[in-house]
Amino acid sequence: MGWIKTICKEGYGLFVDDGGFASAILAWVSLVKLVLSRIPLLHPWQGVVLFVGLVAILVASAVRFSRRNNVNTHP
Amino acid sequence: MVIHWAHTGSSFLASFLASLVECVEALTVVLAVGTVRGWSGALSGASTAVALLLAMVVVLGRTLTHLPLHALQFFVGILLLLFGLRWLRKAVLRAAGQIPLHDEQAAFTRSKASLPRLDHKHRWDRVAFASAFQITMLEGIEIVFIVVAVSAGGPGLLPAASLGALAALALVILLGLVLHRPLAAVPENTLKFAVGVLLSAFGTFWTGEGAGLYWPGADGSLPGLVAGYFMVALFSVALCRKRPRSTATESH
Repeated sequence: MGWIKTICKEGYGLFVDDGGFASAILAWVSLVKLVLSRIPLLHPWQGVVLFVGLVAILVASAVRFSRRNNVNTHP
Repeated sequence: MVIHWAHTGSSFLASFLASLVECVEALTVVLAVGTVRGWSGALSGASTAVALLLAMVVVLGRTLTHLPLHALQFFVGILLLLFGLRWLRKAVLRAAGQIPLHDEQAAFTRSKASLPRLDHKHRWDRVAFASAFQITMLEGIEIVFIVVAVSAGGPGLLPAASLGALAALALVILLGLVLHRPLAAVPENTLKFAVGVLLSAFGTFWTGEGAGLYWPGADGSLPGLVAGYFMVALFSVALCRKRPRSTATESH
């Protein structure tokens, strides 16, 4: 039964290894779905806004990790 | 028609590349198990897992065709986003030297060392079977998820994605049989980088479609998303690159 537990743990690990990063993605998707559809002015830009937010989360998370890592390596 | 082929081609490619990475990782451990404990247990464990995984693709693929397309795209899109962006972030950090690259040769040596040697041949080696089964299931579940997820855009995509995964499996088995050693020369991080870009683009597109968002160019925006993620990922590697300590820092 140990392997079932391992597979479940790995299953969760497929989607989440940095909780903050995963939460930011979910928060942005929810925000875009709930808010953007109510602003007619932004209709042509809906997809673009979703993409821009996601890449901003990616860049910010990678840069934050690198800075923390650099400080830990060279205090 | 062109758009349909773009979707089918991207599904095949994403599934092939992702499966290649996972199959290479599984092969390393199966080779270690076979070398240390014997081949019958290792091969029967791995093939039992492959059979189970194929059954999972068939069952999940059939079930998903009965779900409403928009709800399915939104749910699978979010999972793909979490999965793809996680891969892309890791690949960016590896390419920037922030986290170490995966070393198949080291993984092979570690796996061999962790397995107790067989003094005399048993008819049924549970340890070999369980080790090969577990690693094939673990890596294979990722493949099943990718195949099912990249097929969420339409009914014609499941065969293309399945074919991509099977082609990768066949290629890795063939290389394993010929070389009989871990595929350490496979540029794993480059593959992960490419897969991360493709899956993130798919995830963004399906999530948007499922949420009813407007995409400029409709289906044609998918190649644009791939290009966009690729450019941003390259830019992120440059931003995150580990810099050598400057002389000024060293003097303090």
